[in-house]
Amino acid sequence: MRVTTDATVRSGQDLKVTRSRRNVAWTGIGALVVAVVLALFPYLVYSGTTAIMVQGLIVLTLASMWNLLAGYAGLVSVGQQAFFGLGAYFVLIPAMHGLSPFAGLFVAAAGAGVVAFPLWWLISRLRTGYFAIATWVMAAAIMLFIEQIQSIGGGTGMPLPGFAGMDPTLLAAYTYWAALAVAVLAIGTVYFLLRSRLGLVLTAIRDDETAARSSGVKVGLARLLVFVVAAAGCGAAGGVLAIDQLQVVPGTSGGVFSVLWTAEMAFAVIIGGLGTIEGPIIGTAVYMILQQTLQSYNAWYLIILGLVAIAIALFARRGLWGLLDERFNIRLFPVGYYLWPPGQTRRRQRAKTTAAVG
Amino acid sequence: MAWVNAIVQGILTGGLYALFACGLSLLFGVMKVVNLAHGDLATVAAYIGIGIIAAIHVPFLWSVPIVVVIMAVLGYVLQRSLIQGAISRGELTTLIVTFGLSIVIENGLLQFFTANSRGIGVGSSLISASFSVASGLQIAWLDVAIFGLAVVVLLSLQYFLSASKYGRLIRAVADDREAAQLSGADYRHVFGICAALAFATVALAGIAYGMTTVVTPTTGTDTILLFAFAAVVIGGLGSLWGTLVGGIVLGVAQQIGAQINISYELLAGYIVFLAVLVIRPQGLTARRSQS
Repeated sequence: MRVTTDATVRSGQDLKVTRSRRNVAWTGIGALVVAVVLALFPYLVYSGTTAIMVQGLIVLTLASMWNLLAGYAGLVSVGQQAFFGLGAYFVLIPAMHGLSPFAGLFVAAAGAGVVAFPLWWLISRLRTGYFAIATWVMAAAIMLFIEQIQSIGGGTGMPLPGFAGMDPTLLAAYTYWAALAVAVLAIGTVYFLLRSRLGLVLTAIRDDETAARSSGVKVGLARLLVFVVAAAGCGAAGGVLAIDQLQVVPGTSGGVFSVLWTAEMAFAVIIGGLGTIEGPIIGTAVYMILQQTLQSYNAWYLIILGLVAIAIALFARRGLWGLLDERFNIRLFPVGYYLWPPGQTRRRQRAKTTAAVG
Repeated sequence: MAWVNAIVQGILTGGLYALFACGLSLLFGVMKVVNLAHGDLATVAAYIGIGIIAAIHVPFLWSVPIVVVIMAVLGYVLQRSLIQGAISRGELTTLIVTFGLSIVIENGLLQFFTANSRGIGVGSSLISASFSVASGLQIAWLDVAIFGLAVVVLLSLQYFLSASKYGRLIRAVADDREAAQLSGADYRHVFGICAALAFATVALAGIAYGMTTVVTPTTGTDTILLFAFAAVVIGGLGSLWGTLVGGIVLGVAQQIGAQINISYELLAGYIVFLAVLVIRPQGLTARRSQS
């Protein structure tokens, strides 16, 4: 990247630019090992555990997408349940015509992504706060529209066909693998998108939008891309939910279009750490622990999650991962650049506070 | 006649929607805060009203000022604590905090009051009565009263902001808070007063909604916030009178939709909202486009 040459030219000294302050080869291998171990879970644990993990993986996928939107592109959407719900329907509709629901996951991602284009054109006219409510209105309108179509269940929903006669244990394992694959793909996509040119562009926009715009950065295009990718990811997650529940129910309370889906993804991101790839993972873990512990107390887990999210947003803006990072300087998924001043090596960096880009 | 009825009812409902939108507009206009908990706070006001009437058996009309005062105090306190804290940390934090507040309030209400719907018992037969203009055109006194209340609230806010001394201070702080601070105005206190005002209108909106129909814990987001926002966007951001126009357009669109098919009521309103976003993103009443 140009950053390296620029820095070297300016100082004339031996500057070095790396992705991280530490060697990250082992984290890559670690991530791979974790993914393989997780993939073996259906052979290792009870199906009750994998069923809970499917929920967690859905939230993880959603959280990674919301993090891309809000943490990197500054787009606070509270209407992601629109794409989540559409994804569920994009699995249901082909399944009614004979397509396997697992193949339908591709339709869900692609379909939600395509729908995102015209919606972006509508709501991108509004900024920040009004953008947030506009996404909410958009989700409400999409739900009302879907509820009008009686052939896909109208306002009451529909069972998902396509699994008649399938062994429940096998189905549970396939569902788990599908959820895991979607979550890994989601995190991977976010990671590689942010390491690409887009990551640099988004950082520039976040730091100073006007400056980025005047340097020729296509701000609108970058945001559109993020919006579409996030829609596709949420769509795939909605598809996984349809397969997991074996039905699709619309409706704002308890259905696929409930704003609580967005609340869950947003809270997971904020608690874990907005604007880091690790944040949503930690946040989802916290979310699942709270949800499983407090599940017999109805809505209390959401109340507590909400209060924790508010407190973290006010007092620890970088979330739990931010607190860890401050202490230990760790990045499992480095997407920025680290500038090494002359003479400083990996060994001596811990005492210094130097400019970290991104 | 059915269509005339739909339009008349739509206009009257528009008053209620404008009342919803008042507080949202005011907070955005002065503090640039988009309060995602707006609708849930209105629902809280309705529940407080229901609780007061049930607990201390005051007549309905007496409960209104009590709820308004409680909400105004809550507004000042929330502004000086949570919202001010969020504002100073940036727009993203404000959205996250108010969204968190919205979810917490909604689920708190669900936890304590169950999902059952409740209405505010008006009690007086005068308000629940209606009069007939022509055959097939019945107008409820309550709807007229709420429309009148909305107009009075908008008029007084407009007068207060444009003509009174304190209104001038609020506008000064809204324009440039540092300059106002240098001239000796404590902008945090001004923000607090402004939030108190906004929450007072939110209280009126919540009570009015609870009187015309019933509230559930999810009313705040399903209905009040989204309708308030649609009214603001249709009318034009940052204009109080535009809000009334937006509310009326939204109300008429919904009633006409319901006239075609009862299940199109909400959808028709949102379609008009989206159409305005496409054709006139600056709103129906705004002259210049707002960035």
